[in-house]
Amino acid sequence: MSETITVNGVSQPLPDDVRVSLLDFLRQHLGLTGTKKGCDHGQCGACTVLVDGFRINSCLTLAAMHADQEVTTIEGLGTPEDPSALQRAFVEHDAFQCGYCTPGQICSATALLEEIRSEWPSDASDDLAAPTLTDEEIRERMSGNLCRCGAYANILAAIRQVAEEDA
Amino acid sequence: MRPFDYIRATDPTDAAERTSAPGAMAIAGGTNLIDLMKLQVETPDTLVDVGRLDMGSIEEAGDGLRIGALVTNTATAVHPKVRADYPVLARAILAGATQQLRNKATTAGNLCQRTRCTYFTNIDQPCNKRAPGSGCGAMGGVARLHAILGTSDQCIATYPGDMAVAMAALDAHVHIQGGRGGDRQVPVREFHRLPGETPWQDNVLESGEIITAVTLPLPVKGKQIYRKVRERSSYAFALVSIAAIVAMDGGRIARADLAFGGLAHKPWHDPRLADLLVGEAPSPALFEKAADVLLDEADARGGSEFKIPLARRTLTAVLTEATETRT
Repeated sequence: MSETITVNGVSQPLPDDVRVSLLDFLRQHLGLTGTKKGCDHGQCGACTVLVDGFRINSCLTLAAMHADQEVTTIEGLGTPEDPSALQRAFVEHDAFQCGYCTPGQICSATALLEEIRSEWPSDASDDLAAPTLTDEEIRERMSGNLCRCGAYANILAAIRQVAEEDA
Repeated sequence: MRPFDYIRATDPTDAAERTSAPGAMAIAGGTNLIDLMKLQVETPDTLVDVGRLDMGSIEEAGDGLRIGALVTNTATAVHPKVRADYPVLARAILAGATQQLRNKATTAGNLCQRTRCTYFTNIDQPCNKRAPGSGCGAMGGVARLHAILGTSDQCIATYPGDMAVAMAALDAHVHIQGGRGGDRQVPVREFHRLPGETPWQDNVLESGEIITAVTLPLPVKGKQIYRKVRERSSYAFALVSIAAIVAMDGGRIARADLAFGGLAHKPWHDPRLADLLVGEAPSPALFEKAADVLLDEADARGGSEFKIPLARRTLTAVLTEATETRT
């Protein structure tokens, strides 16, 4: 297949084997091992990436389905020298223990901030037309990202801080 | 994952034709299908990607709202018109899955998603839905997510979704293209099947047919509620869910469109409930009578006996809230 996909701004040829998931393509073909494989069944969220700005589980989609689309992984959000606001806040709040779920958490939260800016409602919203930013909202919106170490309180604090800076 | 061919359909007619080939399946968001392919529950020879077809918009039609087959669950739930006029649908979608999954999941794919019965998804277990004639592991097994209404000796699986439950309450219609009968419309209430003797048939879609859209009727007056009871507060399938559109007029119930999730092989709609409720003054006794009607043939085979009282209590709670009845 001569089709391409753009990952973190760089155009890449799609794999020949159509079975390759977007997750395996990122990790094994491109060496972008920031994106993690947890459950490989869309339950844990460790594989969360952004496709054309929307957060998805990269384990539950084929790379071939994303020809001509733009993928952003944790490597595309910031660098150790120049971290994103969320990456900095996660460090500041100690929002992890083992760190395995962290790239997925940060990709997910990056999209969450945009969704809140767009006033998208969630299951926790009292008012579908104008959701307000509460801890309950952030918890609900992050329910697709599990943390086996249980760093949820600090993850919440990190996201809340950036969301408030944003507002 | 077993090897397969991957092709992209060029238009709905092409998609209908290509998916009519033996072993061919349509894929759009893929969140359910790819999961089942990894488990080898589904082993298609050919995947026909319909994801780029021009069926991804929501349009106001003269007689309601037309939601394209490929509109994502997210796009439907955040659409201003859906939020304002069909809040039961927005609420139902937001109560399902996670933001990551809703961003991928489509209208048509959500309607066609398979049961989450763990005997269906485990190829080492007997399952009449996955392997016809092999038996049912869920009956007498661990079956908390299973049906209590409309079951058969072959299957006690539930339809797992939330979106279609709201669409059933709203009396939405599924638009289908292709197939021997040409284009047709099927009410969501009749789209999914009961298991009967052919539990492998989840719905009435035939080989070579493609869903193109779902249409919602004109907005109706009344209170719209989606109540979902589950084992954790987010990202879990319904034990019992209720979509309700209830209107009052002069202290009496003027409209009571109810549909139930988690209870059956399809979003459950029982026309006897509206017959019983409409024209009556709301009261706890009336709500108990409605629950009697809903559950008169309830039958739990497995571990889901608890769903019978749970469905009763959830129904009375929803009707109490919808009619603002003091208890």
